[in-house]
Amino acid sequence: MQVFGKTQDNLWTLVAAPTIWGFHFLFSYFLAAYRCAPNDDVFRNIGGTRMAISGVTAVCLLLILLIARRAWREWRADGGGYSNNQDTPEARERFLEFSTLLLAALSFAAVVFETLPVLVFWDCR
Amino acid sequence: MTRSGVLAAALASAALTGCQGAQSAFDPAGVEAERVLTLFWIMLAGGAAIWIVVIGISYYAVKGKSGPYSDRSGIRLIVWGGCVFPVVVLAGLLWWGLTMMQELRRAADGPTIAVSAERFWWRVAYAVDGEPGVIRNLPRGGVPSANEIWIPLGKRTEILLSSPDVIHSFWVPPLAGKIDAIPGRVNRLVLEPTSPGVFNGACAEYCGTAHTYMGFRVVVVPQAEFEAYVASQALPAAVVDGPGAGLFLQNGCAACHTVRGTPADGAVGPDLTHVASRRTIAAGVLPTTVENFAAFIRSTEHLKPGVEMPGFGMLPDEEITAIAKWLGTLE
Repeated sequence: MQVFGKTQDNLWTLVAAPTIWGFHFLFSYFLAAYRCAPNDDVFRNIGGTRMAISGVTAVCLLLILLIARRAWREWRADGGGYSNNQDTPEARERFLEFSTLLLAALSFAAVVFETLPVLVFWDCR
Repeated sequence: MTRSGVLAAALASAALTGCQGAQSAFDPAGVEAERVLTLFWIMLAGGAAIWIVVIGISYYAVKGKSGPYSDRSGIRLIVWGGCVFPVVVLAGLLWWGLTMMQELRRAADGPTIAVSAERFWWRVAYAVDGEPGVIRNLPRGGVPSANEIWIPLGKRTEILLSSPDVIHSFWVPPLAGKIDAIPGRVNRLVLEPTSPGVFNGACAEYCGTAHTYMGFRVVVVPQAEFEAYVASQALPAAVVDGPGAGLFLQNGCAACHTVRGTPADGAVGPDLTHVASRRTIAAGVLPTTVENFAAFIRSTEHLKPGVEMPGFGMLPDEEITAIAKWLGTLE
């Protein structure tokens, strides 16, 4: 739905980036745990798992960047600003866009943190 | 020196002695403990520096400047101080911790020792085959012992850790960090001691009433001495004649305890084949003496509240003494 010539923000656009973070978290942990169960050979190479997690990470980061870019553009086009104490559709829109931008930044950092172990560990240790 | 100065010096020295000893992470005797201590000091210094900066900013906000702050400078402080700085610091610490973990968990070049944490003691098996078999439970076989773990100096000893009941945690502060013993799973910890000695270990995850009484000792000795120790533990008990052995069997002790070389083959409690050679009884609760054996048999619940073993206070004193004396010969 287009309002003021842009996408209308709502709670779904707000939680999109944290949802991708949540998906990435579950995917990485479940896959690594599944591959390493039952923990009987900790030095087994898990190259395939690392590649899969890296690939999914790249896609997740790209999606989060797109969400951040959209929120940033619309927030700037709306004039930016951080005070959201008016009960108007414009103020609500700006609040949602800025919150989306912050959540996207947090999700980006979190997804990067979750992926760091893949760069260091090549086995089930 | 003034009286308060003397008092402060006395308190400081008392506090510092608390950092020494067989159960202190501040007195490391192992590679991993040294790294953990370095990490601790750096975190402490970093935390102190951040605290000083935050207090400084608070002071400036209250006393230093009158009048409102601009939106712009407020946002700049939040973005740089509240977002960028923590992300960069945490990323650095995470990377450092991960690379350290990878290095510390590389393959062992020493023995493999299986340790099963059970309510409320430690089942130990030396010379286990660390390969396959380690699925869902600890490897069978090996040389059984309890509550005292000998490891060779300068070698990387692999501890395979599990539990049949609840989650426990294996922690020898001077040697390494702690790791959980989880039912249905085998966790791995590598101990690499850098100096010989006897160190205290503890259960570091609340596991029930007698959790605090679930201690053990780690004895670090040169390789040759370690091998001789394991060989001696593998032998059956040097059973001496006397009434103790008969009373031990008659009163049902053998239902839970094994003494190799006698008909006693219970597997519920600690293996007592060489119990008198260990430094403590009841998982680090009492030093090994004949008097303490007798006291523990008489009133286990009093000396180790929550222990699974019932007290045998109903036995005549002379029988308890005979059993205690016999246990005292099992070296």
